[in-house]
Amino acid sequence: MPDRARWCVITAVAGLLWFFSTGLAAAAPAPQTVPEPPSDGCITCHRNLGGRLAAPALKIADDIHVRRGFTCTACHGGDAKAPGMEAMDPKRGFVGRPKPADLPAVCGKCHSSPEIMRRFNPRIPTDEVARFQTSVHGQKLSAGDQRVATCTSCHGVHPILAVTDSRSPVFPSSVPATCARCHADAAYMKPYGIPITQYAEYKTSVHGEALLGRGSKQAPACNDCHGNHGAVPPGVDSVANVCAQCHGSQRDLFTRSPHRAAFESMGLPQCTACHGNHQISRPSDEMVGTSPPAVCAQCHQADSKGGVAAKVIRTALEDLKQSTAAAGDLVARAENAGMDMSDAKLPLSDARTQLILARNLAHGLSLREVQSATSEGVGLSRKAADLGRAGLAEIEFRRRGLVAALVVIAVLSLGLYLKTRTTPGP
Amino acid sequence: MGIGAWLEDRLRWRAADAFLRHKTVPVTRHGYVYYFGGITLFLFLVQVVTGLLLLMYYRPTADAAHESVRFIMARVQFGWLVRSVHSWTANLMVFWAFAHMFGAFFVRAYRRPREMTWISGALLLFITLAFGFTGYLLPWNTLAYFATKVGTEIVGAVPLIGHPLLVLLRGGEDVTEATLSRFFGIHVAILPALTTMVLGLHLFLVQLHGMSRPDARGPARSMAFVPAFVLREAMVWLLITGVLVTLAVLLPWPVGEKADPLASAPAGIRPEWYFVFMFHTLKLIPSHVLGLEGEQLGVIAFMLAAAVVLAVPLLVRDDGAGRASRVAAAVGAFGALYMIGMTILGYLRP
Repeated sequence: MPDRARWCVITAVAGLLWFFSTGLAAAAPAPQTVPEPPSDGCITCHRNLGGRLAAPALKIADDIHVRRGFTCTACHGGDAKAPGMEAMDPKRGFVGRPKPADLPAVCGKCHSSPEIMRRFNPRIPTDEVARFQTSVHGQKLSAGDQRVATCTSCHGVHPILAVTDSRSPVFPSSVPATCARCHADAAYMKPYGIPITQYAEYKTSVHGEALLGRGSKQAPACNDCHGNHGAVPPGVDSVANVCAQCHGSQRDLFTRSPHRAAFESMGLPQCTACHGNHQISRPSDEMVGTSPPAVCAQCHQADSKGGVAAKVIRTALEDLKQSTAAAGDLVARAENAGMDMSDAKLPLSDARTQLILARNLAHGLSLREVQSATSEGVGLSRKAADLGRAGLAEIEFRRRGLVAALVVIAVLSLGLYLKTRTTPGP
Repeated sequence: MGIGAWLEDRLRWRAADAFLRHKTVPVTRHGYVYYFGGITLFLFLVQVVTGLLLLMYYRPTADAAHESVRFIMARVQFGWLVRSVHSWTANLMVFWAFAHMFGAFFVRAYRRPREMTWISGALLLFITLAFGFTGYLLPWNTLAYFATKVGTEIVGAVPLIGHPLLVLLRGGEDVTEATLSRFFGIHVAILPALTTMVLGLHLFLVQLHGMSRPDARGPARSMAFVPAFVLREAMVWLLITGVLVTLAVLLPWPVGEKADPLASAPAGIRPEWYFVFMFHTLKLIPSHVLGLEGEQLGVIAFMLAAAVVLAVPLLVRDDGAGRASRVAAAVGAFGALYMIGMTILGYLRP
């Protein structure tokens, strides 16, 4: 082969190899890049120190502040550019590890400044420190109690993660466990004389099941009722407003019910008097009535005015529940037998809606309103039941028709068979 | 002049009467296969009658199709019966059309001079499948919508003409109301017109050549078409009617949920049972084989198989005792077992 041709072949093969290797490289998944922490003096030295002193530097790259360009000196002061121990010279502004009492001020340097915060997240509030001062935690801290929760107790430290980061201790589904670190610790809570059962109760509550069991972030965690930075137990007179963040209709009904004045005069907390607080279980019709487990029985005698009203409401709810269940059963039976029951499903669905409405109206204690809703529901469920019965009657009619048709077919077939016997065959 | 004579003067019906009285049907060990064609014909007639009744109420638009079928099932007097019989008959008709084809194949009814009878019969089977495919979409329910989407996508894999064919079938790039009205037109006008012509030819050829006798060398036993065979066929038709009515009453054909083109496809979507063997085969073929897309290869294979079915009389030309007939019988048996096996697998491993 002439040299020129040989070179052409070599060049072509090399070109092809290069082309395909480039293609392979492009097709290969890109390696996941782990952001390196900024290489300032603090991190470089602390990483090499090992043990307790290295710990703050190991995961610092995940810290929301570091990701936004802040360095260790933003909280700890000092000079990260200095090569040796002089970096931690108080003359260079080094403050060391802030004391718990100083943390609100350290964090508040930026977080209480709208000018600074708007550069990073204009929507973030800047009143956290002010609200913290109004909280039980903040007040005890001001009074010299160094054991109470401060910023890093909840948000963590080294790294401090964004609230939206699912690894953060204040991510919605992690909040109950974060609060429980102190509030479920009997020894830690002993000096304060407050219960430690809240977390255990919350986990079994309807809210806890939703948030922790089903991962529904709409369900409330501790901070949704108690507040977060300004955490205090809701006062007796503000419970309904706290619950009304989600259950507004029930609050409105309760507010115009006779219970409101009665609860106020007796010093009872509004919603929680019947529903409980941390261990709020799924409400049921059994809560209404004059015998346990009805909550009405806690205050009302069966023959009192309130007891009679509770009985009337319960009876109305049970009537609607039973008639809806019976109608649903009829419609389901007809549908399972192959009937198109879409006409019956609409009133049935409306009847179920009326049941939900009546249960809600029970918070207003207006017998007229509850009975109006339940009677409308009973009317709708009767309509659905009639259609269900009609469907089952139609099924019966069809089956009788089938039997008649099969008899006719059998007789005709027999006639034909007999005819074939008298007809010349093969 | 009596009525008979008056009609004879105008229709010459006595000739047909005489023809039928002289017509005979062979009596053989596998005589039951002679009833399969009649059963398929009977089911076709049921489809014509019930289809015409459904036409009175059905509305072929995306907004109204599903509602109109629901209306037929719930409000029209005996609408449920007509629609359920139509749907069940469609399935039974496909079954008996296949049974008729395999029956005719194994008794070698395709031999000279019945080549055209076979070819017209095979065309009728393909038309029956097309009836099923187009009719399935008409209730415009979720299952039908997505099955049609998948089915027409497979048509799109036909080499060279796949995409134009897909657009032609769908009336656009996607399954829309245009597809519904197109399928309706095909189902109630084009396919019935084609069937009338091909079925007319098929029946004419059956009368012209008479029923095929599997083994021409054996003793020629036979029975009179009228009344012996007609009485037996009528009995079978009555039994089939009983089965249809029982199915319609005890298992009325569901209407399903209205199709929502914006919803995601439900899990385990699959076509009607008579397409499952093809669908499952396409699923089993690797995505690329010999430089071709797997789906394309599968479609080519099925098109070739259809061509082979049509060309059976031209490919097997011996008198039944030769090697070609034995090979054909083996291939036919393999084909039948393959279809049954793949259908079962398709249901067991969705």
